[in-house]
Amino acid sequence: MINFIQKRKITYILSGIFVLGAWFCLIVFGLKPGMDFIGGSLLELKLNGAKIDDKLIEDIYKQYGYQSVLISPHGEDGLTVRSTDVSEENHQLIISQIKQNYSQIEEMRFESFGPVIGKELRNKSITAIILVIVLIIIYLTWAFRQVSRSVASWRYGVAAILALIHDISIPTGFFALLGQIKGVEIDSNFIVALLVVLGFSVHDTIVVFDRIREKLRTHPGLTFDQVINESINETIRRSILTSATLMLVLLTLLIFGPINLFYFTLVLLIGTFFGTYSSIFIASPLLYDWQLFLQKRKNK
Amino acid sequence: MKENRKNLFFAVIILILAIIGGLFAYGKFDFLPNWFKKPYRLGLDLSGGTRLIYEADLSQIEGKDRDSAMNGLRDVIEKRVNLFGVSEPRVEVVKVGDDYRLNVELAGIKDIAIAIQMIGETPYLEFREQRPKEETDKILEEQKNNNPEYLRVDPYFVPSQPLLTGKYLKMARLDFNTRTYEPMVSLEFNDEGKKIFAELTKKNVGKILAIYLDGQPISLPVVQEEIIEGKAQITGKFTAEEAKKLVQNLNAGALPVPIKLISQQSVGATQGEFFLNLGIKAGFIGLIAIIVFMIVMYGFLGAAASLALIIYTIINLTIYKLIPVTLTLSGIAGFILSVGMAVDANILVFERYKEEIKRGLEKKRALVEGFHRAWPSIRDSNISSIITCIVLYNFTSSMIKGFALTLLIGVLVSMFSAIVITRALLKVFIK
Repeated sequence: MINFIQKRKITYILSGIFVLGAWFCLIVFGLKPGMDFIGGSLLELKLNGAKIDDKLIEDIYKQYGYQSVLISPHGEDGLTVRSTDVSEENHQLIISQIKQNYSQIEEMRFESFGPVIGKELRNKSITAIILVIVLIIIYLTWAFRQVSRSVASWRYGVAAILALIHDISIPTGFFALLGQIKGVEIDSNFIVALLVVLGFSVHDTIVVFDRIREKLRTHPGLTFDQVINESINETIRRSILTSATLMLVLLTLLIFGPINLFYFTLVLLIGTFFGTYSSIFIASPLLYDWQLFLQKRKNK
Repeated sequence: MKENRKNLFFAVIILILAIIGGLFAYGKFDFLPNWFKKPYRLGLDLSGGTRLIYEADLSQIEGKDRDSAMNGLRDVIEKRVNLFGVSEPRVEVVKVGDDYRLNVELAGIKDIAIAIQMIGETPYLEFREQRPKEETDKILEEQKNNNPEYLRVDPYFVPSQPLLTGKYLKMARLDFNTRTYEPMVSLEFNDEGKKIFAELTKKNVGKILAIYLDGQPISLPVVQEEIIEGKAQITGKFTAEEAKKLVQNLNAGALPVPIKLISQQSVGATQGEFFLNLGIKAGFIGLIAIIVFMIVMYGFLGAAASLALIIYTIINLTIYKLIPVTLTLSGIAGFILSVGMAVDANILVFERYKEEIKRGLEKKRALVEGFHRAWPSIRDSNISSIITCIVLYNFTSSMIKGFALTLLIGVLVSMFSAIVITRALLKVFIK
């Protein structure tokens, strides 16, 4: 049996480095919001072998008054053109001009969002995530209400949420870094991925907490740190097996999946890893330290 | 013995239902009745198509009438889109704060440009009254001084009071002037429109009652006398072809309120197909990876769980078809996450079972105990997921909604499948 409680300082420091690093990136670099959030347009073309002159496409856009044009290759036979939001008339004119120059080109995707829609998406996502966090604390407080022995049930909720914040901070910070280095933007896929991580993180933490809850009831003789230690040791196999299964699937998707989903899968992979890590090394030890802190204060 | 027979009976029923469900979910065999061949409803990202978001300008409509005006707008646009022959168009009104929007989804459509044009070109017909001369002069003066407040104001006409728009139109017809043979459009108002038109013409005898189409004056007739029979003519300078198109558009329904396209997304059909195949492939590989993994880890138990997992997938697909759930890429992501959670429920039970065996319980007892002890953690973790899904479904927009819905269905089904199906199957085999 591994004594997790005894070694918790190591993992605290490790997590501390990761989370602080993530927040540092987040505050210093900030996230690079994609078109979904700030408005803009995206045109995806299938080249069918055409040799494209980027300058020409840029000029076509500029002709209709779109100054900031970003052209990047997309896969082996594709091209993505980003710009500010483009009206439907201009979209049609631009397409027909491009086709005049390169007749074999196909239009695969076109999106154009006004800034209003983006702002709305941002606000809604933030509201939803905050509401989810509050409701989960309330539910866990209720679900763990019978575990009266020394630990107030709402602390389970708060500890689970702290672990959750840990789990979503790290991939978010990583993406702030990627945004800085490689210009990676975050889009609504990123939000979906964070939500998956959020769901998984809470799910994983609850499994460990459930074991603590059971042990507190069935083994009244054990001390709190013994209960936590045994619970983690008994559930660790399951935690690792489950996330290994999930990461196996994600890894195949990362390697063989399409580039459109590369970053989506990457968020999931990082999130799953840290979700399992935190449910073992962070969430339960936090419960213990909280308890310790309260006791010390009482004894004074 | 009796109990064993009952268990076996139950397991057989589950398998038969699963096979029927599987046929329904697959739905591509020729011998199946048509009802089984019902297709899945695919979202735009998988089927290819366009999503258009329009903002409605309701500044002329009173607060209490806004909902009905928007419903009218939706009906008109639905009619136009249907004219275009889109299969299952979705047109819905969305209220965001004080703004009203109209989401139009056109699936599997090839020529998006024409579709947008058709919706965008829908005429907004209105009648405007002449401003008093002083007012006109004042506005012109201000415009000369570049006063920004006045720059976009029409100096000559204001929307009629009461408002008379295409909403009150009964029908439009193409006519030709009997003397000049110029094409013209005859309008006939409905009962309400008739009254308003009579009032307006009475009020404006000797003045111009302008006819505006999409904010542009197309005809500036001078009212000779009060018109009570509710008929009017537009004699703009248009060709017969233009007049004919205008009549068609007006009859299909003039928009009750003006709209503006604020966002569009379109996915080419090939791209959609690519993503659909990818989603199926990813799901398939994932499922096989999990089955191999479960059998390696838990042997016989894992095989039973894998069977339950296949049944689980069938139940989900059947529900998608029945409701029907609109499947999108993020929806598939939700489903895959729910598969993970379903597997997790099995792993929880099996690990518990192994522990109980170690403690010296006999197999059958250990199984019962395993399910019993694992249940609270399955329940609590799944309820947290359900809470998350419900919040996301209600507070976010379409893409995340798709994710929340499939995850919600998946979580609900997984609780059922882990507790009822896996258990029923295992009961038969473990003696």
